[in-house]
Amino acid sequence: MAKAIEAYVNELRETRLWRSVFRSGTGATNLHRALAVQQNIFLHLFSVKMRRAALQFSVTWYLGTLSLATFLILVSTGIPLMLYYHPSVPQAYADMKDLQFVVSAGVFLRNLHRWSAHAMVLLVFAHMFKVFYRGAYRAPREFNWVIGVVLLIVTLFLSYTGYLLPWDQLAYWAITVGSNIMSAVPLLGQKMRFLMLGGNSVNANALLRFYVLHCVILPLAAILFIGVHFWRIRKDGGLYTGEGKTHE
Amino acid sequence: MPEEKKPDINCTRRETFVKLGLGSLAVAGVGALVSGSEFLSPNVLYEPSPITNAGKPERYPQGSVTADTKTGIYIVHGPEGFYALSAVCTHLGCLTTWAPEQNRIACPCHGSKFSVEGGKIEGPAPRPLPWLRVWLSDEGDLMVDRSTTIPARQFLRT
Repeated sequence: MAKAIEAYVNELRETRLWRSVFRSGTGATNLHRALAVQQNIFLHLFSVKMRRAALQFSVTWYLGTLSLATFLILVSTGIPLMLYYHPSVPQAYADMKDLQFVVSAGVFLRNLHRWSAHAMVLLVFAHMFKVFYRGAYRAPREFNWVIGVVLLIVTLFLSYTGYLLPWDQLAYWAITVGSNIMSAVPLLGQKMRFLMLGGNSVNANALLRFYVLHCVILPLAAILFIGVHFWRIRKDGGLYTGEGKTHE
Repeated sequence: MPEEKKPDINCTRRETFVKLGLGSLAVAGVGALVSGSEFLSPNVLYEPSPITNAGKPERYPQGSVTADTKTGIYIVHGPEGFYALSAVCTHLGCLTTWAPEQNRIACPCHGSKFSVEGGKIEGPAPRPLPWLRVWLSDEGDLMVDRSTTIPARQFLRT
């Protein structure tokens, strides 16, 4: 059975259709494997080769990959949630309750979205600490550390903007308190708060602005910087595997 | 016909066009930045009016503290007259509550405490609760303006 499937897949990979999509060929040589990565728009961000040591659990604890995994879960659960959620004052709370009690699988998607959001913040912090304590931020990887800091801030803002969307008491007062903390910034604070909320208080404009930030602007920023972050791993000589091991 | 004089410039035609192009891009960029930031700042706000009609003063018996959670104000009928306090905590903007058994105003968020005249008893609030402008309308209604603060201890006597 397994042999038959393998033969079928191999046959499939020789077809003209398959070859028109994946042009690197089907050989099992290093060249073919390298081409398969290099000629794929998604995979070409990564190195075509990596050190065996970099794949060990102890090197990274896979925290970066796990952060990406939670981000992908958040995107794929967030988009379906958008189909039932209206970012308006009279409807937002009721829509959230509908997702919990009326929509089929709504409670699953909402809870998965919420738990993944918590997990992502946790994992991103863990990833940062791991990189810091192993010294993986040092030259030539300093710039990728900076990109990582940007991604941490984007993650926290995604978390913060998402917090308002249920439009319950917890959300309302959390954003009231948070936006008042922002207004403590010298000189610009009041103006920043006004622009973020689109008014003087947490109201309809604030809900809409947070929705747009949460669903469009911040995810796009995250995807952009994640792309740069991964590409820089390759450009900076692969994952940091420890002192003296980077050039083995 | 006099001999054509070469204009005294020290840049080529190409450089001139590059400068012109970059210059107009810069002007357009600044314009987009200014109008973009103007766009982000709403010109009309559909927020509730800061002026509240609190009804007839007789509604508030002597010695009463009445919280209006909708507008975030206290209307107090003290021994020296009426006054209105903002119920919004000066720390981070939470809505405070009147605790009659302790004779004080308390914030549920971070534990700030205020006296019935708005004075700060306990932090983290940095300032006392502000006094708001109160007056009687022509119809004899008690009016409060949440956007205008007045110095403390200015009572309205009816």
